[in-house]
Amino acid sequence: MTELLAYAAARYNYWVYILLMLIGFYAMVAHGNLLKKVIGMNIFQTAIILFFLSTSAKRGGTLPIVGPEALAGGVAPAQLMNPLPHALMLTAIVVMVATLGVALAVLVKIYRRYRSFEEDVILDRL
Amino acid sequence: MLLDHLPPLLPVVPLLAALLLPPVGAVRRGLVHPLAAGAGAATAILALLALRRVLAEGVIHYHVGGWEPPWGIELVLDHLSAFTAVAVSGVGALALLYAGPAAGAEVRGREASFFGLALLLLASLLGMIVTGDLFNLFVFLEVASISSYALVATGDGRAPLAAFRYIVLGTVGASLYLLGVGHLYLMTGTLNMADLADRLPALASSRVLAVAVGFLVIGLGIKMGLFPLHGWLPDAYTYAPPAVTALIAPIATKAAAYALARILFSVLGVHRALTEVPLMTLLAWAGAVAIVAGGVLAIRQNDLRRLLAYSSVSQMGYIVLGIGLANRPALIGAYLHILNHAMMKGCLFFAAGAAAARLGGPALADLRWMHRRMPLTTACVIVAALSMIGVPPTGGFFSKWYLLVGAVEGGQPVLAGVILVGGLLAAVYMFRVLEHACLVRREEGDHGPAPPSGRSEASPGMLVPLLALGLGILAVGIWNAPIVSGVLRFAAPAGLR
Repeated sequence: MTELLAYAAARYNYWVYILLMLIGFYAMVAHGNLLKKVIGMNIFQTAIILFFLSTSAKRGGTLPIVGPEALAGGVAPAQLMNPLPHALMLTAIVVMVATLGVALAVLVKIYRRYRSFEEDVILDRL
Repeated sequence: MLLDHLPPLLPVVPLLAALLLPPVGAVRRGLVHPLAAGAGAATAILALLALRRVLAEGVIHYHVGGWEPPWGIELVLDHLSAFTAVAVSGVGALALLYAGPAAGAEVRGREASFFGLALLLLASLLGMIVTGDLFNLFVFLEVASISSYALVATGDGRAPLAAFRYIVLGTVGASLYLLGVGHLYLMTGTLNMADLADRLPALASSRVLAVAVGFLVIGLGIKMGLFPLHGWLPDAYTYAPPAVTALIAPIATKAAAYALARILFSVLGVHRALTEVPLMTLLAWAGAVAIVAGGVLAIRQNDLRRLLAYSSVSQMGYIVLGIGLANRPALIGAYLHILNHAMMKGCLFFAAGAAAARLGGPALADLRWMHRRMPLTTACVIVAALSMIGVPPTGGFFSKWYLLVGAVEGGQPVLAGVILVGGLLAAVYMFRVLEHACLVRREEGDHGPAPPSGRSEASPGMLVPLLALGLGILAVGIWNAPIVSGVLRFAAPAGLR
């Protein structure tokens, strides 16, 4: 039992991202307010970005910036954090911002027509 | 030489044109549509050149920026990607041509941004097709989705609501795909498809791999509208402006289907470990359920566009069924159906837009006297309907024939039966359309519109792409043998039964 707990605790970053993902998913599914759905969507995406980023961390690792002193002593990859997930997530964040922008623009259009963000009010006014 | 850069040119030409449109539109609005249609045509010609070169010289690998894979991004043109690029860019170019006269009041004054988004969609779909990198595929997938969301939202009435639903579901799909890619990256440390294909066999029994594949399949399943993940599709196709539906419906879901086939066969190599993976059986049955459910739902619709949307759900089922069967004839059928369905759904949505413009409404009842007033359009609808049902010599017959052979060779008589039942369902829903378009007569005490005297075909700008697709459906049927033996035979992965 303690082994299992230790196993689970050692991977707490995964638990955090799963929890965040489920919170976001719950907000998307359970809320009738379209704006809250967008917020849920954003939490959902952020959870995945945190998942990627957390995998690049290393205990005692430092920034993967290689200076002139590394040329003399050689690079020790084990002491550097993995930069690739950060680069990937920079792109994913751009994608996320674009999605959020389009979603908010569409929400403005919906609000102008129905004067509400509540799904049931909008369905009544269709 | 410029043509040495064919793989990046396919997405770059429409992308550059999309960036050019706003300044051009600010100076001369009349130039926007010719430029967009021209860029579409140029892309289609480049795709044909790419296919010719692949057929002559074999697979083209292109290293973007000169960085060697697996560090750099690799673009790959093989038989499958060149074939899909031709299908997507060909139908996409015709849809861009059609979109000019078809674009209604909601686009007036905003042509530059509308056609810019349309070209962006085409560029990103081609990017999805040529890329050899999983993360690059994600980026293109999202660029395609975001431009589709914006295009759907240009409509009036319920279009923004449909677009919102599409955004939420589409984002979940893309996020799940990204999560799947993340799992594969953590296992192997690479994102290059060919490199992954080398490393994954050693991890074949890993549970993480199973989770990753589950995420990837569900994510792409949402994007391609696979039943029961199709929730966004009917509303988006119904309420989007006709010019948008004509562009999105034929090609956007096809690129996602292509991505699914590419990942399953080129990256995971499922055909090598077919017996141990129930995934493919599940996919085949999901496709079968989609065929029947989409068909049954399509029969119940009274709005032509909604009927066609559910028919798309059903026809995507055929493609997934073929991928799930994973033997040579079934895959040939699935790939051929990507082309056939793009053409027939393009043809039908072009005709639906033309009919809505001339006859006044999207409901089936509005199609009355269509055969008198729009004989050429009706002829194209009949050809596309026959293809949907699977009547020779239209293209649809041959893709369903290969799927049927695949199901029988795969020892799946029930799935073979589903393929036939799907044709029957298509016959019912397409005959409902034809009944309203051709057969409804004037009866005693009928106060409906009198039989019109003159013809009122759509404008030539709409009619030409429609006729091109109608003839194309027949051409693919008649020349299916060279397509299959010359191109698709090589598209199925090696070592397949």
